[in-house]
Amino acid sequence: MTFLRLSPEMQLRLAPWAAVVVLLAIWEGTVRVLGVPQYIFPGVIDTANALVEFHRPVSRHAWQTFWTTVIGFAIGVVVGLVLGVIVGSSKFMYRACYPLLVAFNAIPKVAFVPILVVWFGIGTVPAIITAFLISFFPIVVNVATGLATLEPEMEDVLRVLGAKRRDVLFKVGLPRSLPYFFASLKIAITLAFVGTVVSETVASNQGIGYLMMSAGSQMRMPLVFAGLVAISVMAMVMYQFFAWIEHRMTGWAHRR
Amino acid sequence: MTATATTSAAPETGRPFVAFDHVSLAYDDSGNAIEDIDLNIAEGEFVAFVGPSGCGKSTFMKLCTGLHQPTAGRITVDGAPVNGPLKITGMAFQNATLLPWRTTLDNVMLPLEIVQPHRARLRRHRKEYVEKAMGLLQTVGLDGYADSYPWQLSGGMQQRASICRALIHDPRLLMLDEPFGALDAFTREELWSVLQDLWRQQRFTVVLVTHDLREAAYLADTIYVMSKRPGRIIEKRQVPFPRPRNLELTYTPEFSDLVYDLRARIGSIREDNSQ
Repeated sequence: MTFLRLSPEMQLRLAPWAAVVVLLAIWEGTVRVLGVPQYIFPGVIDTANALVEFHRPVSRHAWQTFWTTVIGFAIGVVVGLVLGVIVGSSKFMYRACYPLLVAFNAIPKVAFVPILVVWFGIGTVPAIITAFLISFFPIVVNVATGLATLEPEMEDVLRVLGAKRRDVLFKVGLPRSLPYFFASLKIAITLAFVGTVVSETVASNQGIGYLMMSAGSQMRMPLVFAGLVAISVMAMVMYQFFAWIEHRMTGWAHRR
Repeated sequence: MTATATTSAAPETGRPFVAFDHVSLAYDDSGNAIEDIDLNIAEGEFVAFVGPSGCGKSTFMKLCTGLHQPTAGRITVDGAPVNGPLKITGMAFQNATLLPWRTTLDNVMLPLEIVQPHRARLRRHRKEYVEKAMGLLQTVGLDGYADSYPWQLSGGMQQRASICRALIHDPRLLMLDEPFGALDAFTREELWSVLQDLWRQQRFTVVLVTHDLREAAYLADTIYVMSKRPGRIIEKRQVPFPRPRNLELTYTPEFSDLVYDLRARIGSIREDNSQ
């Protein structure tokens, strides 16, 4: 095994790729051994072929899903940040809003889609809103937690100097909650993809969700799986992107 | 015993710097946290408060700095009644509470970004303020660590930085709430000397809240012993040792006697408690 001869560092670096290779091997092996027809469960090679053959429609729909998700996510970030600051910077608001937020978060967001369709029609808008609705919650919770767990001593030090609430928020509260905020972005972006695709499968004629739905109804399973792969890749890339930003922006929080 | 001996003696001027006039504070209906506190602190005096835990020592600090208002009695500082946060105060706690995203220097300079008139002057006179902060850091032996982050400093170094932060705006009143409580014995004794030096240079008034009787005896001009909740002052002791004091002092019989007395006094409170 050449893999075992590599340095431990290199092994760590290659570990995620090795896991992917193993998974693909198990996938393809299972399909072949059990002789599952490709219109039920296509193997890796069938899926790859579909990706190549239909790369134009797949990339067009993927692009649609991508920008829909990013817009929904961006709104989620703004709203999440504002709500998080409001909820986290006052005990009263924390008490008042938290149960509502939790209750709201427990609603399956797919249940909103029919309502959104009535309001906005079929297409991109419901998808953007669904992505937003599903992604803002972790941001609110994390920002609020970062603000609410401020040490009382720190607050005393500043308040005795005549610091206003704003000063405490900008000098201490917000910088302190940045690591929480950036950590939540990673979670939120992947959730936003879920929101978009869910909405697209129900109420759209564009996007990966729609592509999978229509391909599925024609029993073109390799294409459905090609759609799955496209979503996973986009979500993974965005997750890594925000992980990188997190590391760049809040290195001080990770060096202990 | 009269006011402290020799150079360190707090000047007994006519008007006290901090005056508590029969002050009580109740946070809620469960009774007073501290009760009927009546004392005067002279400008430049080093005062220590000792007592069993939960005796309201920290409450005393909050009252003194104007972070809380008394439910009864009157507090004046420098002749004026205290009815809001007192900007002439610097505070340091058992946790150094340094901000991990700021360097030591930026941490020390934080109060300047808040308190007037420095806040308005900081941008234009930054160089002058940096020099001042560096001077303070040098006094406590941290000048080589100005650009380090808190997580690169040991606990003792963090606490030094925290004291510098409390002193950067030239407060006239320094409030210390068990500042050395989390440090090992050697570091603690080292910081006693650092604090004494700073105090002798700048002559601010110090209120030190501590569990450590040796610390109180070593540093303070006057020691107040507080009772269990509701906290009252049950004893006031003047500390006669001349300044500057050094660690040799802590091995003398006089020092031991004082600490022993204090210990006995607090022991008797605790026994009352268990009855």
